[in-house]
Amino acid sequence: MNDQAEFVKDLVAAHGTERESLLPILQAVIEKDRFLSEDAILKIAQETKIPAADVYGTASFYSFLDIVPRGKYVIRVCKTITCAMKGKNQILLALEDFLKIKPGETTPDKLFTILETNCLGWCHKAPAMLVNDEVYTELTPNKVIDILSSYKVKVDMV
Amino acid sequence: MTTKTKQLNRIDLIFKHEDDCKEILKKSFDRSSEEVINEMVNSGLKGRGGAGFPTGLKWKLTAESEEKTKYVICNADEGEPGTFKDREILTRVPHKVLAGMAMCAKIIGAKEGYIYLRGEYKYLVPQLREEIEKFHQIMAELNLDFVVDIFMGSGAYICGEESALFESMEGKRGEPRNKPPYPTECGYLDKPTVINNVETLAHSYTIMKYGAKKFRELGVKDSWGSKVFSVSGDTPIPGIYELELGMSVQDFVDDFGDGDTKAVQVGGASGFLVPRKRFAKSNIGYQGKLRGVSLPTGGSMMIFNSSRSMYNVLDNYLDFFQEESCGQCTPCRVGCQQLLKGIKAVKRGEKPAVYLDKLLKLTDTMRLTAKCGLGQSVANSFSSIVENFREEMIY
Repeated sequence: MNDQAEFVKDLVAAHGTERESLLPILQAVIEKDRFLSEDAILKIAQETKIPAADVYGTASFYSFLDIVPRGKYVIRVCKTITCAMKGKNQILLALEDFLKIKPGETTPDKLFTILETNCLGWCHKAPAMLVNDEVYTELTPNKVIDILSSYKVKVDMV
Repeated sequence: MTTKTKQLNRIDLIFKHEDDCKEILKKSFDRSSEEVINEMVNSGLKGRGGAGFPTGLKWKLTAESEEKTKYVICNADEGEPGTFKDREILTRVPHKVLAGMAMCAKIIGAKEGYIYLRGEYKYLVPQLREEIEKFHQIMAELNLDFVVDIFMGSGAYICGEESALFESMEGKRGEPRNKPPYPTECGYLDKPTVINNVETLAHSYTIMKYGAKKFRELGVKDSWGSKVFSVSGDTPIPGIYELELGMSVQDFVDDFGDGDTKAVQVGGASGFLVPRKRFAKSNIGYQGKLRGVSLPTGGSMMIFNSSRSMYNVLDNYLDFFQEESCGQCTPCRVGCQQLLKGIKAVKRGEKPAVYLDKLLKLTDTMRLTAKCGLGQSVANSFSSIVENFREEMIY
């Protein structure tokens, strides 16, 4: 049994096979792999006995349960009105410039994905973005480059 | 140049540093359920998430159910654009929120409680878990069989709608249910459930500690008490402020505006845009006997100055709704798409200006026929922006 299958099996053992356990299971796979592959979805369906169509149908509803491959670090820039007013476009441009990709894309080394998201709840310190589960606020193009560089260093250190 | 005539009273109830949850809960547990419910009803506390349902009544109805299994859920899926007060409350005074949940659990007979926390706030979890552990100790010491766990959301605004939240917790797509039945009768796993906003639960602690009378010293008729506001946009002092309900938008702008305020969005994208000419006549509170227009709100106040394009604002809101719509009902799913397409077409000159009136009619239809509050509320910002800033939609 491969790693992924083992991981899913353990998850289901820990959370249970009830439908109420589905979201926590999906979230745990996301935390590890940053996206839900077709294999993962099928494996979850197999272990929980929830129809694969339902597992996929539930997963595809939530914007944080990505069903297409993402990088190790998923950047989500807030595009709602206050962040838009306070300079999110410059932030996006800085990201695009630094990583050489557009929103929706992942860097060739599979490290970073740029996405846009809706109100993150930091409007008084806009613009804001998430990198995976961490939030960064009062962004400027320079700050953004520093933040990304620190993630790159993390990877180099491993 | 504006001269500030008066500053709105800053209230310090919610964020006040108070470490006596155990004592307050003991006091509450020693009283009869009827007494506590009456206190809550008399306080006039209404839901602070924006919908404004009387909290005491919600607890009463759920308590009256003969069902054995019941739930208390804290709605921490704060997602309305411009709202960030629940995050602050959960960061600074989570123990008050938990105390509110315990008070409710004792009255209705719930053994399990959940905090539905939006995925975007995952970084709050470590501290919340610590707080919950302390809370469980207090529950043990006070002999109440009530445990709280966190349920994480995964990036869906609509899951802040109570029935969609239940669907999400049940492992399904966050698609709102038909109501009735209401959560007090049929909520999480179809059991009687009290679902309250973070701030509402924190206020419950305040009311239990200081009494309904003190709460009613603030605010105005039908809008008693204080409310936490999230202020952002073109303001020199963005942030969280606890203020009395019942103020006029003019007073608010005098205090928080930058001297060049064109409009204020009250209640987020699903609220109303108040143009300058209506500042004096619009009040912040719940439907009732307030003079002028009474605008309920979850506390989101976004300020726009004269440099802002209201077309851009509306485009932003419609893009938001189109994306966040759960998609199950045609009026909302197709309505939001058509509204966004429509304003773009009018702006580009592909449709005549009168098309805006057709779109306004569409929002009327959505208000009547959409299955949940999301689709029903799009009309609020659409009509208030298009009616007051028509030219900006066209030229």
